Amino acid sequence: MSPLMGYFMLGSAFLLIISMALMLMRLIGGPTLYDRLLAVNSFGTKTVLFLCVFCFIIGRPDGVDIALLYALMNFIATIAVLKFFNYRALDVGLMQRDETRRGDPS
Amino acid sequence: MNLIAAAAEPAFVVPVLLLDISLLALLVIVAIAIVRMRSLFGIVMLQGVYSLVSAAWFVSLDAVDVAFTEAAVGAGVSTVLMLSAMLLADRKSSPVPMRRQLGALAVVILAGVAMLYAVGDMPAFGDVNSPANSYVGMDFIAKTAEEIQIPNVVTAVLASYRGYDTFGEVVVIFSAGLGVLLLLGLNGNAGRWEAKPNGQVINDRTAPSAAGVEDTRTVDQKAEGDA
Repeated sequence: MSPLMGYFMLGSAFLLIISMALMLMRLIGGPTLYDRLLAVNSFGTKTVLFLCVFCFIIGRPDGVDIALLYALMNFIATIAVLKFFNYRALDVGLMQRDETRRGDPS
Repeated sequence: MNLIAAAAEPAFVVPVLLLDISLLALLVIVAIAIVRMRSLFGIVMLQGVYSLVSAAWFVSLDAVDVAFTEAAVGAGVSTVLMLSAMLLADRKSSPVPMRRQLGALAVVILAGVAMLYAVGDMPAFGDVNSPANSYVGMDFIAKTAEEIQIPNVVTAVLASYRGYDTFGEVVVIFSAGLGVLLLLGLNGNAGRWEAKPNGQVINDRTAPSAAGVEDTRTVDQKAEGDA
């Protein structure tokens, strides 16, 4: 890694930390639930990017695998939260409508 | 100076330490926010963020395996589990009276002081005579490659040398998972029940206690109420 590239990566890592902090402000402040949801999703994306950069800074590129896992987990968690607030259940198929679910007594 | 800072290029030791410190500062902010927040949904979200940040910090500490587990369990599964628990319980926590907070605070402070006291007994970093470097661990590192041909020593220890132990752990985790699934009712029966006392059928929709359980507000109103 050339020194110039190293400083470039360090700078982007710090910028990513700052944007994580901004997301955190939105997450704590709210005010509505969907602000928080978007903030969490965006925070996860920032973490993925940060990990990618950080792994190269410390010279362990295999950490990119973890970043991949993060991306997947972030997606799953967001889907789970959205389903939870639309259907108030987690075992509903994504294409199922709300009405057919609620009225079903069985 | 930690191991990673030493392994990185010499000019990057201080910046990497600064990055570590910023991650830890984010952790502290998230922890304080979790304590002070009343909306349980926000707390669940913040817990996901907490484990994301702490896993990033584990990567910085060269504990890649731990970071992997933390990302999968902390950020993924436990968010879903906490949401399922919220499905069965309240969405807001009520303030705890000061008397009960003081007891918990005393326990936390005692535990912290005990840990700080134990720090003094830890071997120095990279000590050749430390427990991790002196007993059977070195044999594993030396012989794993020729004995079972697995490059990752941690995987070799977990899956081969301590195979029975890992098998027992899997059984424990499986039964715990079964119990949690039954408790949370993730098969779709959460909150639905039916009973026939004296031949009269009552269920969750007709019972008097069910009044007000069904949320008739629209999604936007719920969002306003939860925020």
